Amino acid sequence: MKTLIKNIKILGSDSDKIFITDGKISEAFDEASADEVIDGKGATAVPGLVDMHCHLREPGGEYKETIATGSASAAKGGYTSICPMPNTNPTADNAAVISGIIKKAKEADKCRVYPIGAATVGINGELIAEMGLMKEAGIVAVSDDGHPIKNAGIMRKVMEYASDFDLPVLNHCEDKSLSEGAMNEGEVSTSIGIRGIPTAAEDIMIARDIILSEYLDIPVHICHVSTKGGVRMVRDAKARGVKVTCETCPHYFTMTDKCCENYDTNFKMHPPLRTEEHRLAIIEGLKDGTIDAIATDNAPHHQDEKDCEFSVALNGILGSETAFALGYTYLVKTGELSLEKLVDLMSKSPSDILKLGRGTMNIGDDADIALFDLEHEFTFDKNTMLSKSRNTPYHGWKLYGETILTLMGGKKTYEKLQ
Amino acid sequence: MGLKSKDLLGMKQLTAEEIMEILDTAKTMKLVLSSANKKTSHLQGKSVVTLFYENSTRTRLSFELASKYMGSASANISTSGSSVNKGESLLDTARTIDMMGTDIIIMRHNQSGAPHFIAPHLNASVVNAGDGMNEHPTQALLDMLTMYERFDTFEGKNIAICGDIYHSRVVRSNAIGLSKLGAKVSVYGPKTMMPVGIEKMGVRIADSVADCVKDADAVMGLRVQLERQQKSLFPSIAEYSHFYAITPEMLALAKPDAFLMHPGPCNHGVELPTAVYDCDQSVINEQVTNGVAVRMAVLYLLMARRNNL
Repeated sequence: MKTLIKNIKILGSDSDKIFITDGKISEAFDEASADEVIDGKGATAVPGLVDMHCHLREPGGEYKETIATGSASAAKGGYTSICPMPNTNPTADNAAVISGIIKKAKEADKCRVYPIGAATVGINGELIAEMGLMKEAGIVAVSDDGHPIKNAGIMRKVMEYASDFDLPVLNHCEDKSLSEGAMNEGEVSTSIGIRGIPTAAEDIMIARDIILSEYLDIPVHICHVSTKGGVRMVRDAKARGVKVTCETCPHYFTMTDKCCENYDTNFKMHPPLRTEEHRLAIIEGLKDGTIDAIATDNAPHHQDEKDCEFSVALNGILGSETAFALGYTYLVKTGELSLEKLVDLMSKSPSDILKLGRGTMNIGDDADIALFDLEHEFTFDKNTMLSKSRNTPYHGWKLYGETILTLMGGKKTYEKLQ
Repeated sequence: MGLKSKDLLGMKQLTAEEIMEILDTAKTMKLVLSSANKKTSHLQGKSVVTLFYENSTRTRLSFELASKYMGSASANISTSGSSVNKGESLLDTARTIDMMGTDIIIMRHNQSGAPHFIAPHLNASVVNAGDGMNEHPTQALLDMLTMYERFDTFEGKNIAICGDIYHSRVVRSNAIGLSKLGAKVSVYGPKTMMPVGIEKMGVRIADSVADCVKDADAVMGLRVQLERQQKSLFPSIAEYSHFYAITPEMLALAKPDAFLMHPGPCNHGVELPTAVYDCDQSVINEQVTNGVAVRMAVLYLLMARRNNL
């Protein structure tokens, strides 16, 4: 099976064609011998994106999203590899649940799904989970995600044990004793009477994890950094040689807590949207390499879980279908980052942290490719989403970087209808 | 005449002109209240429903009396006597009331932003009777009416508010409303009950009760909820009343003709000694009367807008 994609721009190459043979990027062949020829119409080809942090909700939350709909939604965003967090029901804390997720993902066949296993049983932060058996079943990292391990002694044991299996530990940093709120603590939370979550809640646990990483000489990865202090601590730790990496999400460089002023629950997530000062620090961290990856923290929620009082609404927003366009519009078009850097943050760099071997388009690589239209503005419409949920704050936003085509191993997983 | 918005969600949404129109209308309503036959026909043929998810004595009763004095059909729903306990969502409950032809829904809710959430979905006008820690606009309006009866202007007047600032929707509404009319608001309370960034709302954070009330034209105490002690927000009632109460000595630091207010209900001997509650400068009981007048004015102006559309 030979596929030719022509009339495209290719990141890091002067060629305007990609040749695919049996699902892999290959040497050139005659157009006449191609089984399929795709006209890219001037779009830009980049390695299929890698989302190191998302929620697919299955098992247990199928009314919000399934592995099939979540993978299709990610493919629409240009993703070919995605890593779902273990906060499912039952919790993905054992090999059986992991195997089930991988089986469903293969049936859906829209993304390569690399599950993240729970670090502790039931993500309760008490007993370490069967990481070794889960690794055999296919996990690529461990995390308790939204229920961060509060006990430093348990966190130490998780890091030590995970390192025996070469599994990265990803931590959602939040000291819950400081964070009984529903939005960032500050001028806006005070003005609208919503209990606040201070940046200190995030910073304290980032500091702890950096200290443990440095002391144990074991890597740690900080999930969705949203604060200036977090960026500063990771930057300083990296300069000392600490094996710390971190990610952020598009919402932290595109929006601030002012968005919450009208109690719109589509702006509610953990960590919360911060102030402009922090938003700018996130961009700075992306520019100087402190932040290693842009993940989505894609968090589907049912309408009934969002269409309610602000403090009652569940945390999280959809992100898969907007992440690249937001990065391109708000970081590349604005001159903050090069396209190469943005693509690296969204593909090879997260792949390297998790050792997935993705994020490249060399000859012999699986043909995981995303084509984006960088020339034409489009209006993002939530009603076109492939997710089962609609909890996006980006409805109506004018963006650049619409996905034209996504290929996973040479197979079309998303194609924009012309 | 009338208000610009269908709803009264907070002082944030009102202009200075609208606030003054409400206060002027309330002065007229007070004449009705003091007459022998407390009856007007402004709400005749209209319906008003109070929907309260939190306990209330004076706010609820004053709204109910205000609507009855003005001739409306009125009904009450509380959390204990409706399908709320069966787990119906707030929006479903509100829509149900709306679809019965209700003109005005007066809601109190423990979640900030709850009235803002339902209002756009309803034909009825929504009046916020207190939402979480956000706002309590009719309380601020009755406080301002009480001041307005004693001030010729709000411009440059010093208003001191002492107590649990963090949890107080009364403070937020007063700070916003008074600032819009040019008054200077000072606040003071334990730092554990002082919200981050309150100064950005245009208020001054005082260093002590004395600093807060010094040269004030009006002094307002706030109820401190005694259960806050269990959350380590203050160590004991004895310590709170020793350092944070408005004592006669403190009140003496205000201007000679200053008056004392409290939104009620008051913890005697905690935020205010009983002697202060009952002192000549206290206008706490008059605030209650003004609560009815202001609520009549709000209902009247919201209905005037509905009738004109």
